[in-house]
Amino acid sequence: MNTAAVQAKQPVSMPMTAESASAEIAVSRFGSSVLCLRKLLSLPLATLMALVVHFVVSKNEPPVDTRSYTVFLVAVLALSVTAVFVQPFAAPLRRWIAHMWPILAVFVSLLCVWEVITSGLRLLPLPYFPSPAGVLQSLINDRKVLFDSTWHSLLLLGSGYALGVAIALVTGICIGWFRHARYWGMPLLKVIGPIPATAWVPLAMVISPSKAYSAVGLIALAVWFPVTMLTISGIANTRASYLDVARTLGARETYLIFRVAIPAALPNIFIGLFMGLGTSFLTLIVAETVGVESGLGWYVSWAQGWAEYGKVYAALVIMAVFFSTIMTLLFKVRDRMLVWQKGVIKW
Amino acid sequence: MVAPGSPIVEGSSLRVVEVTKSFSSPDNSESRTHALGGVSLSVAAGELVSLVGPSGCGKSTLLRLIAGLDSPDSGELWVGSEAIAAPSAERGLVFQDPNLFPWLTVRRNIEAGLVARGVLREKRHEVESFMRLVGLESFASAYPHHLSGGMAQRVALARALINHPKVLLLDEPLGALDAFTRMRMQDEVLRLWEARGTTMLLVTHDIDEAIYMSDRIVLMTSRPGRIERTITVDLPRPRQRNSTDFLRLRGEILELLHFAGSTIREAVPA
Repeated sequence: MNTAAVQAKQPVSMPMTAESASAEIAVSRFGSSVLCLRKLLSLPLATLMALVVHFVVSKNEPPVDTRSYTVFLVAVLALSVTAVFVQPFAAPLRRWIAHMWPILAVFVSLLCVWEVITSGLRLLPLPYFPSPAGVLQSLINDRKVLFDSTWHSLLLLGSGYALGVAIALVTGICIGWFRHARYWGMPLLKVIGPIPATAWVPLAMVISPSKAYSAVGLIALAVWFPVTMLTISGIANTRASYLDVARTLGARETYLIFRVAIPAALPNIFIGLFMGLGTSFLTLIVAETVGVESGLGWYVSWAQGWAEYGKVYAALVIMAVFFSTIMTLLFKVRDRMLVWQKGVIKW
Repeated sequence: MVAPGSPIVEGSSLRVVEVTKSFSSPDNSESRTHALGGVSLSVAAGELVSLVGPSGCGKSTLLRLIAGLDSPDSGELWVGSEAIAAPSAERGLVFQDPNLFPWLTVRRNIEAGLVARGVLREKRHEVESFMRLVGLESFASAYPHHLSGGMAQRVALARALINHPKVLLLDEPLGALDAFTRMRMQDEVLRLWEARGTTMLLVTHDIDEAIYMSDRIVLMTSRPGRIERTITVDLPRPRQRNSTDFLRLRGEILELLHFAGSTIREAVPA
């Protein structure tokens, strides 16, 4: 059986060895987990290319606008070259390189293509499509306002999301568990729930004492519907045999709700939490654009008003980082709380 | 409280009097399926009785009624001198599917009964001995999806036993296990039964299992479910699966159930 496995493996590994033979020989004494040369050099080479292109392209631009991008590329190059020399002695770094560098290399190459299209060939009209150097410069010049806007967005999003989730869990658990709550709650949910939260903007502006409160309310409403729906389905679909077992173990209703139905519903509840997070981002940006005079959504429309598109893109970059970080945090929480499902969940 | 392992009769007697139960079929509320049609059964304290019969004969329904998870259409159910009205920790139930709570570790699953009754603080010391009893000390912090079928069923047994039930209801608990694991588990259940004197009612499809384990075998027929006959197994314990008496009794029961083989030969046209 052993020989069969070896024979089966050989033809697969042959081409790879031929391709990166020199790399394998060079680092083979550091164990089996060596990197092939292609992966190892992907990021330094891509950055070097971007740097060369940048120097050629930005000759006709004022140096003030391009210096920070030069510094950025040089820093990436320096770090990646350092990593190449450090990686034989650090296994975690080696794994990270193997996983991330092809992606980062493509990302840097895309920046390079963007610069060629904008600054280099001037294919896209200004001021709508600034070069990456211009966007980076706007990011640095406006960092104070951007930081402030991000902070305000975070406050608004955090309070709206927390409020929405808290209410949704209570309503979802009640409707999912109690027959009377289901009878009266379900029709309301089915009628009110599907209305997009942003459609309530005019009403929210009228009835709330301040625009910040109305924005929190809108975000909470946007989160409430998906989280409630998924909580209900999770609670109502708790396997009857779990409840039967708990009853024969002497469980009362509080145990059945809090120790059986809710844990059993958690995978569903997390799906609701992710859906709610998506709608809360949307509602946040809309609320900030039309009412609240702070935050990233406000910043984007303000920068657009001054035709400073570099700032618009800078804000989009911040949003990408901001929202994906929050998503990642929620994934981490999910992985911790659903550790018992490990191997079952695939998303 | 008594530590597991000390020989003492914890069980209590069980009395089922003329119980009927029918279910409305899901697609037609007019027609009803008669799961149990007047079943009477007495089980002495500390006795181990098997229920054997074709599927659909109401064995599981009877077990659910005794557990208190369903209520009968008519008839009475008594455990000791108390009428059965609702589920209770005094009547443990183990299903064919172990039904462990997947979000709890092995230890927390076994503790579940103590938590449910709100006595975890006083009885926490018993958890260790129950994990030892079923040989799972080293899996205390594993989650159920890491366990094999036999291990999961042992956890389910420990979880049911930690409440010191007076009656343990076993609904084909070993039905999903392979033959070897199954025979080992039969010995384990017998060891627990002998050590604790719990009254046990075992639903099974396996006639060997019924003869090997029980004091009495109750044969049931289906639609509506009735008790056809009760057979007392008076073989000395520990029993030998290949003793002449064992095989003779097995043959008799198969004959009663018309599974001895002769009917099949007759049915084949010459």
